[in-house]
Amino acid sequence: MTATTRTPAEIAAWAEQLYYDLDFAAPRAWKERTGGSAIGFMPVYAPREIVHAAGALPVGIVGAGDWLEVIRGDAFYQSYLCHIPRSTIDLAETGRLDFLDGMLFPSTCDVIRNLSGMWQLLRPGAYVRYVDVPQNYVKGVGGTFWEHELRALARELGELTGTPVTDERLRASTALYDDNRRAVRELYALRRDEPERAPTSEVYLVLRAGHVLDVATHTALVREYVAAARAATPPALDNARVVVCGAFCEQPPLGLIKTIERSGCFVVDDDLLLVSRWFSRDVGAAGDPFAALSRAFLEDTVPTAVMYAAEAGRGKALVQRVRAARAEGVIFAAPSFCIPALLDQPMLAAELDREGIPYTAFKYAENTGQFHPIREQTGTFADTMKLWSVA
Amino acid sequence: MRCFVGIDLGSTTSKAVVLDDDGAVLGRGITNSRSNYEMASAVARTEAYVTARFTLFERGLAARLEERPARDRDRLASALKRSFRLQQYLTQLDSLERAAEDELDARRYADRRARVRPRLREVFVRLRDGAPALFGEDAKRKSDFFRDIAGAEYQVAAEEAAHPQDAPFGLLVALYDKAILRVENEQLELGFEANVEPALERVVARADAHVREAARAAAQDAADAELTEVRAVGTGYGRARLPFPRDQIRSEILCHGLGAHAMFPRTRTVLDIGGQDTKAIQVDDAGIVTSFQMNDRCAAGCGRYLGYIADEMNLGLHELGPLAQTAQRTVRISSTCTVFAGAELRERLALGEKREDILSGLHRAIVLRAMSLLARSGGVEEQFTFTGGVANNAAAVAALRDLVAENYGERTLNISPDSIYTGALGAALFALRDVQRTHTTAEVAA
Amino acid sequence: MSTIPPPTRLNPAAQQRDDAEKDRSMVRQKELIAAYYERLAQAPERGEKTVATFVPGNLAELIQCFDLVPILPEINALQSGMRKRSGGFITEAERLGHSEDVCTYVKCDIGMLHGGNIGPTGAPLPTPDLLLLSYTGCFTFMKWFELLREECDRPSVMLQVPYQARGEITPEMKAYVVRQLESEVIPALEKLSGVRFDIDRLREKLELSRRAEDDLVAVLESAKNRPSPIDAYFGGVYYIGPIFTAFRGTEEGCEYYRLLRDEVAQRVNAMRGPTTPEGEVTDERFRLVVEGPPNWTDFREFWKMFYDEGAVVVASTYTKVGGLYDRGFRHDPADPLGSLAEYCLGCYTNLSLPKRVELISDYVREYGADGFLINSVKSCASFSAGQLLILREVEKRTGRAGAFIESDLVDPRYFSAANIKNRIESYLQMVEQKRASGVTS
Repeated sequence: MTATTRTPAEIAAWAEQLYYDLDFAAPRAWKERTGGSAIGFMPVYAPREIVHAAGALPVGIVGAGDWLEVIRGDAFYQSYLCHIPRSTIDLAETGRLDFLDGMLFPSTCDVIRNLSGMWQLLRPGAYVRYVDVPQNYVKGVGGTFWEHELRALARELGELTGTPVTDERLRASTALYDDNRRAVRELYALRRDEPERAPTSEVYLVLRAGHVLDVATHTALVREYVAAARAATPPALDNARVVVCGAFCEQPPLGLIKTIERSGCFVVDDDLLLVSRWFSRDVGAAGDPFAALSRAFLEDTVPTAVMYAAEAGRGKALVQRVRAARAEGVIFAAPSFCIPALLDQPMLAAELDREGIPYTAFKYAENTGQFHPIREQTGTFADTMKLWSVA
Repeated sequence: MRCFVGIDLGSTTSKAVVLDDDGAVLGRGITNSRSNYEMASAVARTEAYVTARFTLFERGLAARLEERPARDRDRLASALKRSFRLQQYLTQLDSLERAAEDELDARRYADRRARVRPRLREVFVRLRDGAPALFGEDAKRKSDFFRDIAGAEYQVAAEEAAHPQDAPFGLLVALYDKAILRVENEQLELGFEANVEPALERVVARADAHVREAARAAAQDAADAELTEVRAVGTGYGRARLPFPRDQIRSEILCHGLGAHAMFPRTRTVLDIGGQDTKAIQVDDAGIVTSFQMNDRCAAGCGRYLGYIADEMNLGLHELGPLAQTAQRTVRISSTCTVFAGAELRERLALGEKREDILSGLHRAIVLRAMSLLARSGGVEEQFTFTGGVANNAAAVAALRDLVAENYGERTLNISPDSIYTGALGAALFALRDVQRTHTTAEVAA
Repeated sequence: MSTIPPPTRLNPAAQQRDDAEKDRSMVRQKELIAAYYERLAQAPERGEKTVATFVPGNLAELIQCFDLVPILPEINALQSGMRKRSGGFITEAERLGHSEDVCTYVKCDIGMLHGGNIGPTGAPLPTPDLLLLSYTGCFTFMKWFELLREECDRPSVMLQVPYQARGEITPEMKAYVVRQLESEVIPALEKLSGVRFDIDRLREKLELSRRAEDDLVAVLESAKNRPSPIDAYFGGVYYIGPIFTAFRGTEEGCEYYRLLRDEVAQRVNAMRGPTTPEGEVTDERFRLVVEGPPNWTDFREFWKMFYDEGAVVVASTYTKVGGLYDRGFRHDPADPLGSLAEYCLGCYTNLSLPKRVELISDYVREYGADGFLINSVKSCASFSAGQLLILREVEKRTGRAGAFIESDLVDPRYFSAANIKNRIESYLQMVEQKRASGVTS
């Protein structure tokens, strides 16, 4: 797509600018350019296809990392609650989110759920919708409810933007997002197969750019990165292969991701920014597009702590992911006070124990400033695994 | 003369303020807190009455020596104060020696009692010899509390007087440690009336007769003045332990609000950062609290945090602020958790950050926590008064000034040199108000 | 001489004099709960099947239709807390790898399970035959039952209750819950019990529920009187005990609420204040609304901090976690599954924040409260996330200042008595001072 060929590091550096831009210049410019609306959404999942079909840009809002001094947001939260809602409120209270024409709060946990109500109180008149995803995965039960939710969202967004979400538009949007998810799957496959080519700190930045870019632009960026990474000649590294688990909502600071890698680990699978690969296969652009999105949600959603498991064996999916990624161990990295991740962890750990898969665990906050203890911990973990694999 | 007393039992210091009928401050007293709250309160109160009588002395002296320059009278009064402090110190040394001797009489020292006693006496001879210099005109003391002054002096004297076999240093120090606890829990005669005469005689011995007589008369009048304590109100963290009836106890929030209002009548927002907690208080134009917030269960961002940092850096608490102010840049610190402070500090140092830059960040981090509390309590209104131990830290004040300006615009920031007495002053004002209100009610009823 | 009234007088003599009368409802309440635990302990022996379920959104009447006995993990945890046993259970769960950051009800339950599943009364609790997750207005519940399922290897059935994000129950939400009842919950209960579902039997039980609910509302609303005859938080948790647990839809439940209502009516006529563990409050000085669950490990000490100051709670949101009957909801024999669905959807923690602000503000006005207090509980984000905004908004709407304290449900490490007492005292003195100076806002 670009005339000149960029190296993977250059692409990542470009994406890093987006990452650090708390003023959201990219989506603001998009609005300016297209005259369209922008709709914010929080983790873990939002039906971006519908937002797109309403002629709006879905913008992922995932806190403010470690580079915003949170004052106003802190005034709303007790010390025993996680950090992402504080910085998110701070972004809003400092006017940084004023470009958004609406905000979606997916049902992730009680904290984000209640944040949807806080938004209504703090920003009277703003468009707010709580996206109540089905925890029942039967077509005629949870599926019916979800399809109705999707249609209601489409109707409201259509009224908001003036662009009604027709079946045709939604099918087109779904096709774009299917393509984007395919590109992301290629990226993850590359990292899984040749992790030295695609460091997670770069993969993360490329993925994260999708939170503020138009879907087609982002798909091109991902493909550009994959091509550049394949063409590059990276140094050979003898790292341990790990799956990072638990960081699906409040994001670890970039420094933390780099710390894990520098301590001797290849992250070969993770649950960062899950929205970008929520479905394990294409939604499909044929037939009723709402029914298709609903079906995909019921059948193809990737396992995560925020979705109820209808059957016992909570940790089996993680074991499968470890096997599929040919990982040697698991790093549980959950945000402090993240209720779903921390309640999930003992069940996952028990299954890993049964399978003899080693793991280590630590907690972080999006503004964690201390990486040294984590480097010690993951470094020791990586060394231990390498010793095991030699023995 | 009718007096109204406020007593603030804090976690590190206990304070008392004495007011007259008009609400003017007659005296203030402070002492270190101790497990015996009743005693801490008694000592602070005695101290407040001592300074109250000094106020009366100064008034009397002014009346009697009207023709002399105020500067001369001030010099005399301040000489008397120093001499008085010396007198109190000597009284406390006597008590300390008695206590140390008694401790030596304990059974466990039986076999070496005879050899230790002369050494112990020598220590006290040295202490008494060194006492006048401590209260000289230019003397600088790190603390005004007997425990601190005597402790430091004793250490030096004991090192000199100790003998490896007869009376090892450690043993002498052990005697002190036991004795000081007793002294701190003993009701000593440290009042104005009992100590002013010998103190004055030392000062006026060589003065001219007119001055001498005027000073003696003023001291006598000040000692004789009838100070009737009409009512006392207690506050502070230890208030529940005060031997006061329940209706004479007020929360420190209310007292801080009213005290800040008395010091700066246009105050609307008060921030108090103490050792153990932080309070953000909003008051109305009469000093009545309209809302307040205190730090949550975790003590992050309180004065104690700076204490840990000082320990970690091997610095005195009072050295942190000035060092932080030399910073070229402010390192961003995310954790104000006292438990992690040390680790974060070491990591930053290991990364090559400068001490002063880190310290600047730490001060900002503390103030950030306070900013959240202020936001919770309703923001920062004009005028804004900052109290508590951290208000003496220039780096914290600078950070607060910046952050308040950034978030709320320009605000007048008041810091009183007497801010440590804010709570006690508020309590004393409540004592006065209670009585005034009762009178008004009684008059209306009649 | 003083402007501040002397401490509240409690009247132990009055309590003794009326022991027989006062204790009737309390004694009955304790008998009911004891009988429930007794039945639970004997269930395996008697061949009764058990169903683990939660208090909010519980399907008591439906469970009874299949002759099943409910096990209520939250009640077990709070009872363990009141009996000072929760601390050990929590430590045990943390030793097993559960985070210090998560809900202590869950950890108390897991710890109890690992310690032989001895219930709060000292009798062993049966392992549930089915896990019936009937409320999702608290996300932790979903994880809790996933954890229990891993622990005890029993089948589970789940009822997703959509959130009232915009403060209303839409027809689609109701339809979704009813459909889940029909297609998942009822078949699971039929399969477990071998009993066929009889909708008329359900109607009969719902009629009993409705009657008890009328009486409960009368009891709660009696607090509008001055003085209030009840404490609607500390006393309130005893009053809601039977109806929030196993006794909704039963004759015993109905009798209990009739008895309680009569007793409270007599207190109103006699102008008597609420009963406390140390006698009757004879001098109501502060009327408060409380938001948030109580602390259970130090429940008595916590309560004492209020009644020592003459502070009476006239309305609370915690007593609405099992349904907002005072806002008009009733179980309805004419619409059995529909009203069960509305019941689940309408529990307090399923309300949006704006709705919660509205409710608390209304309580402050309707009950003539001097102020309101938020007990922010570490374990329960469903309650706690956003409470500082609730504080601000209710202050704005009512012109009354609020108090904010922090504690936990059953973690004894998280109850700092000195801290909480300091805040409550400071708050009440502030209210007093404002009242004395005629400041209204």
